[in-house]
Amino acid sequence: MELTERRAGSAVVLAPAGRIDMGTADKLKERLLPLVSEAGKSGHGVVLDFAAVDYISSAGLRVLMLAAKDARAAGGKIAVAALQPLVNEIFQISRFDKVLPCHASVDEAVAAVEAKT
Amino acid sequence: MQVRFWGTRGSIPAALTARSVREKLIAALTHSSGQDVSTPEKAAAFADTLPFALTHTFGGNSSCVELRSEGAGRVLLDMGSGARPAAGDALRELKGKPGEFDVFMSHLHWDHIMGFPFFTPAYIPGHTIRIHGCHKELEHAFRRQQDAPSFPVGFDMMGSKREFVVLETGRTYEIAGYRVTAKLQAHGGDSYGYRFERDGKVLVYTTDSEHKLENAEETEGFIEFFRDADLVIFDAMYSLADAISVKEDWGHSSNVVGVELCQLARVKHLVLFHHEPAYDDATIERVWRETQRLEEITRDEHPVKVTAAYDGLEVTL
Repeated sequence: MELTERRAGSAVVLAPAGRIDMGTADKLKERLLPLVSEAGKSGHGVVLDFAAVDYISSAGLRVLMLAAKDARAAGGKIAVAALQPLVNEIFQISRFDKVLPCHASVDEAVAAVEAKT
Repeated sequence: MQVRFWGTRGSIPAALTARSVREKLIAALTHSSGQDVSTPEKAAAFADTLPFALTHTFGGNSSCVELRSEGAGRVLLDMGSGARPAAGDALRELKGKPGEFDVFMSHLHWDHIMGFPFFTPAYIPGHTIRIHGCHKELEHAFRRQQDAPSFPVGFDMMGSKREFVVLETGRTYEIAGYRVTAKLQAHGGDSYGYRFERDGKVLVYTTDSEHKLENAEETEGFIEFFRDADLVIFDAMYSLADAISVKEDWGHSSNVVGVELCQLARVKHLVLFHHEPAYDDATIERVWRETQRLEEITRDEHPVKVTAAYDGLEVTL
């Protein structure tokens, strides 16, 4: 799994590519959790661009759960964008579509995390 | 090896209500509009086209599963409320002859022991019941639930011969014609899974077991325990999202983790077990169909059959 990071507006966009499973989940965790923590302090949102993610296992979903909890505790926002159909089904079956806001595009997700509540 | 499910519900028995039956009937009749259901055969053929949850119920007894093999002893897994119908069936088959029962206990929570005071052979002289488990409080738990004021018949008033056998994990035993290995699982007060092997067939019974997903070594241990099993009976009580958030440390697992472990261990058949008591039949069927779909979309070259357990299900290995 490869990880790239970019800015979009005030949000940080983290884009994993490939499979997020037992062997790669820690790599995502090591990057994502500090990002969520920093974003919470600075008031910026985090968007996970999943356009290039082919598969996510329970170990990967657990990292997203930790990130969602941390974001909530820090008062930050996190969203997922551009899920491939297979990964979208995994989100629905595992009920992770109820844990994290899922958006059709990165632009839509960025707008959602930038929106004032 | 034949596996018979007498109780499949988690935590507490859950009865089907009159309202649920009526709703199923109304839905089935509505579907039957324009169909030829004029004979029992035609009606049965039509019923087979309807969703499982409309024409069946997954049942409401708590955990009890029976293993049968030609030339092997009678084995029961847990003594939930499903032990009551299991007892009736055994007595009908024994026709007055004395029987021997080897029971394996995952743990001693109430929903897993509550059927024993209604396990009729326990009251009849001549029958022998050996209760195996890994908890040192095994005998105490069974005795205590029949103490006053909880039950009117004390444990010592039962007429059968009853023995308690405390097993150790990591050892393989020969019991009732099966090679049996126990494994410690994450659950409040601990629980134990069992791997049964006979005649080249393997069954794994793993209920009330939480998988934390944060320890690769622990996961590898379960993959080895499940390795190449013909059937894995798996605690799939919650959704993954619930199991690792609001219900974390409640000691149960999910359908998603069941599929992953069975795929990694090259298991042939996964049976979803210990259903959430708050789920109605339609919800359990939805979880079952979603789990089949998950297995399909995440499969490599190894297919895993997925079934949702129901009271009355029989599987032959």
